[in-house]
Amino acid sequence: MSARGRPVVETPVVDLLVPRDHTSASGPGDGGAGKARIRAVIGTVVPPIVVATVVVAIWLVVSYEVLSPRQRFLLPPPQQVIRVGFLDFHNLSEVLRGLWSTTQVALVGLFIAIALGLVFAILMAQALWIERSFYPYAVILQTIPIIALVPLIGFWFKYDFRSRVIVCVLISLFPIITNTLFGLHSVDRGLLDLFRLHGAGRVAALRKLQLPAAMPAMFAGFRISAGLSVIGAIVGDFFFREGQPGIGRLIDVYRSQLASERLFTAIFFSSLLGLTVFWVFGFIGNRAIRSWHDSAREPE
Amino acid sequence: MNRLETDLAGQSSTQGAVPLLSFEQIAMTFPDGTEAIAGIDLSVAPGELVAVVGPSGCGKSTLLRIASGLTTASRGRVTVRSEQLGYVFQDATLLPWRTVLGNVELPAELRKIPKTERRVQAEQAIQLVGLTGFEHHHPRQLSGGMRMRVSLARALTLDPSVFLFDEPFGALDEITRERMNDELLQLFMRKRFAGLFVTHSIYEAAFLARRVVVLSPRPGRVSGEVDVPFGYPRSPALRFEPSFAEITSRISGLLRESHQ
Repeated sequence: MSARGRPVVETPVVDLLVPRDHTSASGPGDGGAGKARIRAVIGTVVPPIVVATVVVAIWLVVSYEVLSPRQRFLLPPPQQVIRVGFLDFHNLSEVLRGLWSTTQVALVGLFIAIALGLVFAILMAQALWIERSFYPYAVILQTIPIIALVPLIGFWFKYDFRSRVIVCVLISLFPIITNTLFGLHSVDRGLLDLFRLHGAGRVAALRKLQLPAAMPAMFAGFRISAGLSVIGAIVGDFFFREGQPGIGRLIDVYRSQLASERLFTAIFFSSLLGLTVFWVFGFIGNRAIRSWHDSAREPE
Repeated sequence: MNRLETDLAGQSSTQGAVPLLSFEQIAMTFPDGTEAIAGIDLSVAPGELVAVVGPSGCGKSTLLRIASGLTTASRGRVTVRSEQLGYVFQDATLLPWRTVLGNVELPAELRKIPKTERRVQAEQAIQLVGLTGFEHHHPRQLSGGMRMRVSLARALTLDPSVFLFDEPFGALDEITRERMNDELLQLFMRKRFAGLFVTHSIYEAAFLARRVVVLSPRPGRVSGEVDVPFGYPRSPALRFEPSFAEITSRISGLLRESHQ
């Protein structure tokens, strides 16, 4: 009936015993597959390059044609940004030091959020009354504009590293809780029965069934939170200015000095940080579940 | 072969043999008030394969859950004279992140049987269902029929003398299903367990079982029973014999009667 689906008739015994192994399918006929892969790579790489070229062209037009020389600081041309922001050692090292400080805040915040989020989600999955008691507050945590809490946090915990981490945790906690909880709840009923049938306790069921089953959802949550933790760290930089200045603080300083080349450089590196953290967690998640989960299947 | 045949026939027709599994006046009403089962008496003797057929929602699966202790009946008594129960679920219900071997080892692992011992048991069970060579494959690399074999192997590991089958082949295509039926009978010949097999399929029931119990629509009660007079082993060709057709039409008639 369908050409792509499972064969409806599995007659010879040998046939039935041949596994549908999607991962080994690319083994023997690599010649044609290689060409197809190159074409696929070109297909994914070329379009974004075209877009980037167009954006740079518009940028040049705006810098030189739209803006008068006196206004040009609003959008300095790209080569000037590169010369001042990236090639000047003093400027670059200031931005990179700020980036490193922000990275530390984001990573510490993210790991605390992951630890707390997992604990809360696992607790809530243990009994309906626990979930009913705490989940509304998790939702409230998500709906409070964290920015509104920021002055209070500084007021209570001083204006340094610790407060920046707290902002970061508050911003990135919710997706981890909801995704993990969803994953823990999505376990197949039959498998839960199987575990009960063989006398497995809560801990064994959690360790051998619920947590592994929740992994795809958990990693989806981690990835969202990884992006949020960078946002949280930069927001923290804006408000808590004691200690080593983060890149958010630098962005604010450059703005006030009208140092737009360095402002652009700092913005570039903060985006790069967000992207890297997001990508790293996507990669780890993919690695962890790709042997068994469909969402992580390599492109065929 | 011949001796085995008479042995099995002898056991199941002996009224006095102590049943390994018996339901006495089992009734089940769910907390929401739905009456699923209204008084079922049923027993399975050692080495006897009994099939239960009935319309959807007649409490067939609930009966198995009660036998295994996963659910407690509202009324009546269930007796299981076996330390281990082999429970084969509707779907293969495998852990997708574990290999075939890891899945088959699971029951022994949960029961804290030492690693070397459970490895041996699992490998034997895998061989028994014809999956040797696939120990390190993940479920998603297997066909539906092969996944079901893994599920069978998993139920076999603890060597139970009572098996519960909850429509295990319902999701398979017809040809695979018939082959799984043939193989299940081969396993049955080797292990001679007592089995209660729940199914929608009249043909499957008649082909596998010594007795077919027909349940009425909800609330389920036994509305009739058909003896299947063919000895074991049963050849796949049995399905095409007129005497087999006669049995299936009797079961079918009972089902239709109970629907009215």
